[in-house]
Amino acid sequence: MVSDPYLGKYTTCVSARSTDKEILQKAQDGGIATTLMVYALEQGIIDGAIVAGKGDRPWQPRPFIAMSREDILKARGTKYNISPQISLLKEATRSFGLDKVGITGVCCQMQAVRKAQLYPVNMRDVPGKIALAVGLFCMENFPYKSMQCIVEDHAGQSLHSVKKMEIGKGKYWIYTERGNVVTLPLKVTHKYEQPGCHVCLDYVSNLGDISTGSVGSPDGWSTVFVRTKVGNDVWSKAVASGMFETKPIEGVKPGLELVTKLAKEKIDKNRATVEGRKTFGVNKALRDPYA
Amino acid sequence: MGLLNSIKKTIGGEAKPAGVATEKKVEAKKEAKPVANKIKLGHVHLSGCTGCLVSVADNYLGLIKILDDYADLVYCLTLADVRHIPEMDVALVEGSVCIQDHESVEEIKETRKKSKVVVALGSCASYGNITRFARGGQHNQPQHESFLPIGNLIDVDVYIPGCPPSPELIRNVAVMAYLLLQGNADQKALAGKYLKPLMALAKRGTTACFCDLMNDVINQGLCMGCGTCAASCPVRAITHEFGKPQGQRDLCIKCGSCYGACPRSFFNFDVIPEFEGISEIIAGALK
Ligand SMILES: Cc1cc2nc3c(=O)[nH]c(=O)nc-3n(C[C@H](O)[C@H](O)[C@H](O)COP(=O)(O)OP(=O)(O)OC[C@H]3O[C@@H](n4cnc5c(N)ncnc54)[C@H](O)[C@@H]3O)c2cc1C
Ligand code: SF4
Ligand code: SF4
Ligand code: SF4
Repeated sequence: MVSDPYLGKYTTCVSARSTDKEILQKAQDGGIATTLMVYALEQGIIDGAIVAGKGDRPWQPRPFIAMSREDILKARGTKYNISPQISLLKEATRSFGLDKVGITGVCCQMQAVRKAQLYPVNMRDVPGKIALAVGLFCMENFPYKSMQCIVEDHAGQSLHSVKKMEIGKGKYWIYTERGNVVTLPLKVTHKYEQPGCHVCLDYVSNLGDISTGSVGSPDGWSTVFVRTKVGNDVWSKAVASGMFETKPIEGVKPGLELVTKLAKEKIDKNRATVEGRKTFGVNKALRDPYA
Repeated sequence: MGLLNSIKKTIGGEAKPAGVATEKKVEAKKEAKPVANKIKLGHVHLSGCTGCLVSVADNYLGLIKILDDYADLVYCLTLADVRHIPEMDVALVEGSVCIQDHESVEEIKETRKKSKVVVALGSCASYGNITRFARGGQHNQPQHESFLPIGNLIDVDVYIPGCPPSPELIRNVAVMAYLLLQGNADQKALAGKYLKPLMALAKRGTTACFCDLMNDVINQGLCMGCGTCAASCPVRAITHEFGKPQGQRDLCIKCGSCYGACPRSFFNFDVIPEFEGISEIIAGALK
């Protein structure tokens, strides 16, 4: 068990990619999140999964409870705006009657899951029914209108025409159906970030059972941290049954070094923001959620 | 983790009678007093709907285990034949106080006097909740119209918000209260850390509303759209528009669940990241 101040606790860290061609077609990176949920569903480890599906507007996510492979696949790809995944956590157990809930979400949503488990305030039937929580790495997220400003105003693309979006290598990437690729430097997008992200002290979903993201691994591959007993169990079985190809993280570029660097950058910056809130006004502090 | 491991070793096992005793002896011992260091637990029923007590009972075998090994139920109008409030280590108070009802007022004061730890069990005791909407006019005491959360009459140590509070949170608080009062140094430390945010809620105030999210989370620039508040709301007053919570304030019953549940109301990095170990400790204690 490694315990890193920035990357959290983990037993295994690898670079991985799904072996499922259909999943990979529309996956954001190595298709880890989708493949894990499909595997867990098919093995009876979960009864259903809370994933980010399609909302009313182009590129707007809406959390939903997927109960089939087909539905889980609908959530492939990163939507760079807010999907309130946890809004369905109790719904999944109480209304859908799931005994074993799978959930994918960003770091703060993994924090929310664990708070709901240890401090289940009006969260009856939630604590014992989280069967698999797959966390995504997350530097920041955007409100819907922010994403719209970025894509339509700055990049000059219609949201309807966008095939994929990605943040990586210091840029915001927009790929359109007709083959356009527009990049924006992140200094353009920074001001549109969701303000609540600026006090976020987690980059690689330290509280997921398994967490995954693109950073650290080559294009089309994902970096994967396996963290809990539950995570270990699911991951080792899934790998053993051929769901993933894996490479030692030490053998890939840019590897763990970049993950650590970015995690440190994010968390140190946000710690400073939390600290700065103490002297925000004249003898008046903004509230510290971690006090 | 070292701390958690040492705790795991001591709890669950310690309470059991020694294995060397003959069966007969164990039986006899059980009837007398199986565990010397059980705490005294009480349920004080004020103006609440008994939903909180039902949630206590909904721990099923977990409750039986708590009553077997960790706590004696010394007061509970529904379940124990005791008429007057006794000395208690932990008093779970359900319901708000009707200030026109002399007996309720006396009862809550006596509860404070006779209890080491007073827990507001559920949203009516913590925040008034649905009883805030009472206007009196009910037979056979139509003049009973003013209901206050217990924190308006006495100092309260711990809040368990929820309408009804979840059985799992009641269970966690019960186990932690036991560890706090009867545990070894490590167990006391863990229980103290665990209970701290629920004690802070008790200090924070006696009113609750969707507005708490507006005032102390959203307006403070802390909301990140996770959706927890919507899941916790018992009346589904909260939806998310463009990822941000919207409260239908006419639906809100002022239970305070959304605020207590929100990861940006409190998030203690010395407890929640240890979810795996702590969940095992609690499960182990109730096995
Ligand atoms: C807002 C955001 C910021 C991110 N930032 C980084 C980063 O800085 N560095 C990094 O390495 N990785 C980041 N990621 C993770 C990365 O973009 C991929 O989501 C991750 O690698 C999983 O890819 P995959 O191929 O395994 O997933 P897929 O198989 O494509 O599945 C995608 C999964 O993501 C979920 N999802 C999609 N959009 C959202 C959303 N808005 N909120 C919650 N869940 C969602 C879906 O439910 C689905 O399960 C971020 C993800 C999000 C959502
Ligand atoms: S940066 Fe943090 S708060 Fe913002 S969406 Fe990502 S995980 Fe949540
Ligand atoms: S629970 Fe808190 S952080 Fe999450 S959406 Fe609601 S107000 Fe925002
Ligand atoms: S919005 Fe819902 S959860 Fe929040 S205080 Fe009102 S009733 Fe309770």
